[in-house]
Amino acid sequence: MIFLVGLELWNQGNVGPRAGKIGLVLRSGDDVAKAERLAAAPLIAVEFPKFTDGRGYSMARLLRGRLNYKGELRAVGNVLRDNLLFMQRCGFDAFVLQPGKNVEGSLTAFDELPERYQADAAETQPLFRRVAR
Amino acid sequence: MYNLHGRRDNKYKARIKVLLSEMGLEPFRAAVEAEWEMTRNSAMKLTRSEIDRISAYFAPPTYATLPSHDKELEGASLGSNRAFAQWLKVNVRPHKVSGYKIAVISLKAKGLPPGDASDTQMDAIADLADKYSFGRMVVTHTQNIVFTDVPAMHLQDLHAALAKLDLATANFELVTDSICCPGLDFCALANARSIPLALELRERFDAFDYAQDIGQCSVKISGCINACGHHHVGNIGLLGIDKHGHEAYQIMLGGCESDQASLGKIIGPAIPPEEVVDAVEAILKRYVETRNGPDETFLQCFRRVGMEPFKEAAYARN
Repeated sequence: MIFLVGLELWNQGNVGPRAGKIGLVLRSGDDVAKAERLAAAPLIAVEFPKFTDGRGYSMARLLRGRLNYKGELRAVGNVLRDNLLFMQRCGFDAFVLQPGKNVEGSLTAFDELPERYQADAAETQPLFRRVAR
Repeated sequence: MYNLHGRRDNKYKARIKVLLSEMGLEPFRAAVEAEWEMTRNSAMKLTRSEIDRISAYFAPPTYATLPSHDKELEGASLGSNRAFAQWLKVNVRPHKVSGYKIAVISLKAKGLPPGDASDTQMDAIADLADKYSFGRMVVTHTQNIVFTDVPAMHLQDLHAALAKLDLATANFELVTDSICCPGLDFCALANARSIPLALELRERFDAFDYAQDIGQCSVKISGCINACGHHHVGNIGLLGIDKHGHEAYQIMLGGCESDQASLGKIIGPAIPPEEVVDAVEAILKRYVETRNGPDETFLQCFRRVGMEPFKEAAYARN
């Protein structure tokens, strides 16, 4: 069981004794660069309040890239099947779907783009460096 | 930068310009530079071989070796086919390859919404592109169509075909070649209609010699502050606003989108729809009176003499 706290509380560092671990939940508008001790977080959740608010994608790129976060990066909130592939490409490896959505059926989203031209969080080499044509 | 820090929660504030305004120019600039430094030399940097590979898809057409045809065109410009002569003068531009020209198909015909083309016209234009321009055409931001590579010897035939389709209006870059957003008639964001204004302007300056005499003058019309018509960079920019529940228009002058870019300046209080075209005509009449000969464009004249004479003309119509 992991309890999630917001950025301000996380940075304070003294959230009191808990039986489980403490993780971080980031919300749109949070300044990710100000997060401290990221390596200590077993889980970081990034909240998408509406699918039209895409700040979480850039947060994920930052977390996986420059900030080098290695733990579980979970997309929560208004997470739609159409977003799954792009979230994965930005570094998310866990996703919480809306209530009632078919998890099994949503797995096909990750196969929608078999060949990817641009580099992303998972694949650092763009296609033109991987394949000679 | 914008994706991370922009106001993505609010569809009216989700604009780079809003973020820029909130951050300030220098902090914004510094943040973008810092971000760029981190990625510019990554694996994403294009290789020479990839650039060359993609470039091959954009090779120029296989031009024929053609004589320049300049003498014949000069003759035509003085000839009895006045419609062709006018079109040649205004809608045809030089080409770097001898014997070829660039031809502009104006979609600003009288009485029709600017920039519109019917399905019949579109099919016909496609056929003409196949026949006269290597099957290629370009839709421009000025809401016209350009045939980029027309053999000069075919210009007259092309013009004749266009004339049959009501596509031979000779007004490229003249005052009747306005850029116009869809406006209140079609767009949920608009505050005012823009198309009727464009049509009225079109009507007022319809006479070819009149428009030709005024010469190069970009008119750009937007129905709201989202500025899809780019009114800030029109020689004459018109912005539709909502003034206490009624449509009104702000006129701005002196905008320019080319190398010496400038933003237009508002001339004064907004003007009701029924007076806008009168105001524009008064401004252009003042230009013709004030200019240093016909070769001084409206923009050059405005930059030389300033706002005052035009502001005075626009408001002193009674």
